[in-house]
This record gives sequence, C-alpha cells and structure tokens, in this order.
Amino acid sequence: MFPFIFEWVWDMSHIVFMGGLWYALTIIGLGMTYCLIKAIADTAGIGSGGHHHHDDHH
Amino acid sequence: MDSALIPEGVKRCSPAKFLIFLGVVGAVLLWGVFAMLLCWIKGLNQTNMNDYYGFALWIWADLAVIALGGGAFFTGFLRYIIGKDELKNIINYAVLIGFICYSSALLILAIDIGQPLRGWFIFWHANVHSMLTEVAFCLSCYFGVLTIEYLPLILENRQLDRVPFFHNLSHNMHEIMAVFAATGAFLSFFHQGSLGGVSGVLFGRPFGYREGVFIWPWTFFLFTWSAAACGPCFTILITKITEKVTQKKLVKDNVIELLAKISGWMLATYIIAKILDTWYWASVTAPSKGFWLLDFYSNNPFYGPWILVLEVIICGVLPALILITESGRKSKTALLLAVILAVIGVSLNRWVMVLQVMAVPVMPFDSWYMYFPSWQEIATTVLPVAYGVILIGLSHRYLPIFPQEKELNPID
Amino acid sequence: MNKEHNKAKKFGMVIDLDKCTGCGSCMVACMAENNVPFKADETNKLDSITWMRVYKLTNGKSFPDADFCYLPRPCMHCEGEHGHSPCVSVCPATATDYSHETGIVSQIYTRCFGCRYCMAACPYHARYFNWWDPVWPEGMEKSLNPNVSVRMRGIVEKCSFCYHRYQLAKEKAYYEDRREIEEQEYQTACTQACPAGAITFGDLNNPEHAVHELKKNPNAFRLLERLGTNPKVYYISSREWVRLAGDNYLRQEGKSEKN
Repeated sequence: MFPFIFEWVWDMSHIVFMGGLWYALTIIGLGMTYCLIKAIADTAGIGSGGHHHHDDHH
Repeated sequence: MDSALIPEGVKRCSPAKFLIFLGVVGAVLLWGVFAMLLCWIKGLNQTNMNDYYGFALWIWADLAVIALGGGAFFTGFLRYIIGKDELKNIINYAVLIGFICYSSALLILAIDIGQPLRGWFIFWHANVHSMLTEVAFCLSCYFGVLTIEYLPLILENRQLDRVPFFHNLSHNMHEIMAVFAATGAFLSFFHQGSLGGVSGVLFGRPFGYREGVFIWPWTFFLFTWSAAACGPCFTILITKITEKVTQKKLVKDNVIELLAKISGWMLATYIIAKILDTWYWASVTAPSKGFWLLDFYSNNPFYGPWILVLEVIICGVLPALILITESGRKSKTALLLAVILAVIGVSLNRWVMVLQVMAVPVMPFDSWYMYFPSWQEIATTVLPVAYGVILIGLSHRYLPIFPQEKELNPID
Repeated sequence: MNKEHNKAKKFGMVIDLDKCTGCGSCMVACMAENNVPFKADETNKLDSITWMRVYKLTNGKSFPDADFCYLPRPCMHCEGEHGHSPCVSVCPATATDYSHETGIVSQIYTRCFGCRYCMAACPYHARYFNWWDPVWPEGMEKSLNPNVSVRMRGIVEKCSFCYHRYQLAKEKAYYEDRREIEEQEYQTACTQACPAGAITFGDLNNPEHAVHELKKNPNAFRLLERLGTNPKVYYISSREWVRLAGDNYLRQEGKSEKN
C-alpha cells in the first residue's frame, strides 16, 4: 500500500493498481475537504452560499 | 414523544408500535450478535465450513449483498452522470440500501476471516494480483463513498438541519454529489468485477474458471453487468416491500417504471452475454480441461442441471422479457414477479459461483461433498438483514428519504 | 563448479505408486516432523490437517478385475506458468510465495489472516485451515520439533517440502565451507519414512539427483496436468488405469487412450 513496506515493487501492475486507488482516494478526500471548508465558510457568513431552498436538491 | 424528529408533513406510526417493531427485529439482531461473538471468540470451528468448503455461506452472502447493493452505484450513475432526473425520487433509498448492503458485506468479511485482528494485512501487505485485494480496496473505498452519500440525508433530519453548519454541509455535499457518484461508479465497476474474478481466475477449478481479456476473466464483466441489472431490481423490491409495510405509496409509478425499464434492458443484454459465456465455457474451456458440462451437474444430490435452467431461463430470460415490455412494467403483479425473479437469479448466480465451485470434485478420485451451514453461520447472515431492517425503519421514520411521500400522501 | 549447479533449483518428488503399500508412514512422519496439530476425535476428515494424505484409488471393476492403488498427496508446489501457481497468485496479503530459487511454495503463518482463498484455488486440497487452536496431549508438547513453528488458529497451512531441513542443510554446508548441499542432505520426512522406498526427493533440475531421471520415466505423470498447474510432484505407475486416474478426460478421449 505504501512504498516503504518491504514487499513494495515498482512494477506496472503496482503502479496501475495503486494509482487507481490513490486517484479515487484523492478525489473523495478533496471533495469532502471542499464541502467541509465551504460549510464552515458558509456558516461563518463568508461568501455567497447562505440562502437556498431545500427542494433544489435531492 | 419523538414527533420533533419526524419530518414535517408526513405521518408515522405511534412510538409504541415503532418500539415493538424495533424490539422484535432487535431480538433477531441480538441472536446474530451472539453467534458473531461465538465465531470471534471460539473461532471458525463454530461453522460447518471445512477444508472442502473454505468459501461457503458467508462468501455467498457477501457476493449476493454486493450485487443487490449495486442499485446504489447504478442508480447514482444514471441520475448524476447520465442525467435521468426522475431517479432523484428513488436515489436516496437506493443509497440507503447500498449503504446497508456494503456495511453488511464488510461485517460478514470481518467474521469470515480466521484472524480478524489481521484483517488490515490485506491493505498493508497487498498483493495487487489478487482479485480479493482489489475487492477489499474498492469495497472499503466505495463504502466510504456510500457513507458520504448517506450523510447528507442524516443531516436533513428536521432537528439536525436546524444547525447551520450541518445544513450548509449537507447542501454542499449535494452540490458536488456527481463527483462522488462518479467515483463510486468507477470503484463499483472494479469491485463488482473483481468479485466475479474471484472464481473466474481459479484455473485449478474448471467449474469457476473462465477465459477473458488481459487479466480479467469474462466473469469480471458479467458480475458488474448483472449487479447493474439486478441491483436496481432489489431497490424496487425493497421499495415495494416498504410501501406494503407502511401502507402508503412512496415513489411514483413513472419513476419505478423508468428504473425497471433500464434494469430490464441491462438484464436482457446481461443474460445474452451470460448464455454466450456459458456456451463457450461448456463447449471450449471446460472440455479443454477434461470436463463435460454435465460432469458439473451430476453424481450429487443437489447440483443438477435444474440450477442452470432456474438461473438463466426462469430468473434471467423471464424477468428480462417482463421488464423490457411496457405492459409487463405497467402490471403490478408482473413487475413484482420480475424483480423478485431477478433478485433470486443474481443471488443464485453468486451461490453457484461460490458454493458449486467448491463442491465440484476436481481430482478424478475425489468426490462431491455437500454442505449445510451451521446455525451460527445462518444467524450471522441474518444479522445484517435485521440490522438493515432497523436502519431502514429508523431512516424512514426520521429522515426525508422519499421526496414524493408528502405529495402522494397529503395529510388533511 | 558445473553449470547445472548454478541453475535455480526446482525441488520435487517422484512417487512410485507401484511400490506404495498405503501404510501411512509418510503421513505419520509428516505430522510428527511438522508439528501438525490433531483433534481429539479425528473421525471427520474434512477438517483435519494432513499435509501428506494418502488417497485410495480403485478401478471400479469387480472381481477378478478389481484393482486398487494408494496415492500419497503432498503439496504439489505448482509452478504454473513462471511461478503463477493457483494459490500464490490469489493470496491477497502475499502470505504465500513461490520461490524461484527452490521452486517451493511457502506459507507465511504470521502473515496469513485466514481468508481461505488459496484453499478455494487449490484443486488438490493440499491446503488446510486451522479450525481449532492447536492442542497437544499433556506432555506431548515437549516432543514438538523445535525447527518448525506451530501454527495458530485461523490460518492456512500446508506441506513445505520440509523447508526447515533445507535451511539446516544449507547452514551445515555453509559451516563446512561448501556452496552446495548433497542430495542426501536435504530429504523430506515422508521420503525417509517410506518403508517401501516409493518416494524419491531431490532437485528436478539437477542431473545428479535421482528425480531428474525418474521423472522422464514413460510411466510418469502428474496430477491434473491439464489444468496448467505445472506441479512438481510426479507419480509413476505401470498400470494404465492409475495413470488415467491422474487427470480428467472426456469420454471419447478416455476411450482413445485406452484403445
């Protein structure tokens, strides 16, 4: 999972597999970070995202 | 008593009735928890598994719930990526069902492994060539995605929504849900597929082994395909059961029919691919290893050719035909029959691809061994069902799962 | 040093089924050598551990044509294609490994977390799960082999071709300033225990080892060769039905071979 684990090898299958994994994890991580930071900002009244009606999403 | 928590504009049963419901299902849950503890404390000798059945009921349950939970990724894919907007009225429920299915699968896996405390080795010492590694990674990541998809729903509870931060967080998560849904679809494609690969790569087991492209056996694609086809059927089935239990309509017919139609075409194309795969395997792959098709289906008390007919024809072709015809989808009975058959079909497929793979003797001087699960195995498999029922009960009562409920059930 | 010696080793076995009497000495020796745990009640063979297991084969005919044969089955240490053995490729935690130096399929007991995927992958049923905690009768734990670690509940184990004996032989050779070990210095417990001398063990790549010639015997075959597992255990039998029982054949194939 990490390059410092002793059986790690830099071969193609490793790069493809771990590349896919970390790509997905990064997107999920960045997405959640964005949501959290924006929610904090919205709550603090920074930016424009204060008012919306509830039915605009489901 | 709990009316402050119940969404506005909808009617729920009395707290007493709800508590009785929780109590009854909770008792079943506790039975499962007891069996689970037995397995963890005393070990897997509590099961009827043996050295011929290293994979048994639990692995089947895992494969089956993940296939049935496929409704979440595929409905999400249709709603957010393809843009089938009507599906917003069922996506919440699909996500909830998916969340239950995936958390159940993870729980069952944690019971199934002989050294649960070493479970993290699969990540730490990952062998990227193993299908199970791919399953473990994608399944865990996708469970994270499902949690992210379920979280805004929890935050929409009437009381939680009053907290500005939660309200904003839920709103923001909804805004970029397409990103999460796309990631979820990507992950699902791989873990549904690698679950198919689990038996497909076993070149020592001619019943499960399939040829394929590159590193992926045909079962890789068949599993993803069948999960996308039958997962939504399970979502529809559970929706229908929920409507029956709550005695009210929760999702409009056009939504159900749209999902059923897409499901039907997926199922129809899947079953054609499955028939082709079976034909090629029976006429080329298996004979090259010295097996006739009927060798896999004879000389034993249970696994006969009926199982192939039931899976492919009765639970495959038949529901596909019902779902792709408009009159079939419009008829309540036919639709219900079709989704039930599709759910049985995909579960049977997973059973065959796990249990029959184990059962078929490979050495010519070996024999068929039959397996019946122990009560501990059954209880731990019922446990996630009970947990799912409770979570659905709680979610339905306190969260706005069905956007059309208010409109369909106006309170005077 | 001759060139052959520098080649990677490929330890394997040749078992003469015409010599095997089915006495079970190999099984007993294996269990004692490798600290294989057993249950108080061993009647259910489906969950008891037998790294080496003797199967009884019959030709299915009635008197006077009835014939039977005993077939000892250790782990086949499959090579597959380039070390892609059925079990090694599927282990999610890299807990089983194919050694290209010795051709031995190892099992790392402290790494295995008991998913049993390798058992599902092995067509020979050579892999066993520890369904119970290993318990020995009072006092017997004192006679355990100190060179072999005991295994804990919840993991998979299998025949290692007595790998610890290879390590000991190598250590001795190193101590005596030799680079290579002799054929007789590394022999498995089952090989040495067989009173009929049915089992021969050695380096299949080494022309000086007996197995190198024995495996070329026209009556030699391997179990389930058609699956592509490429096992390193060879069997010899002068009886055709025994050789045919080593693999699966379609009806017409079976007939054509018999005719």
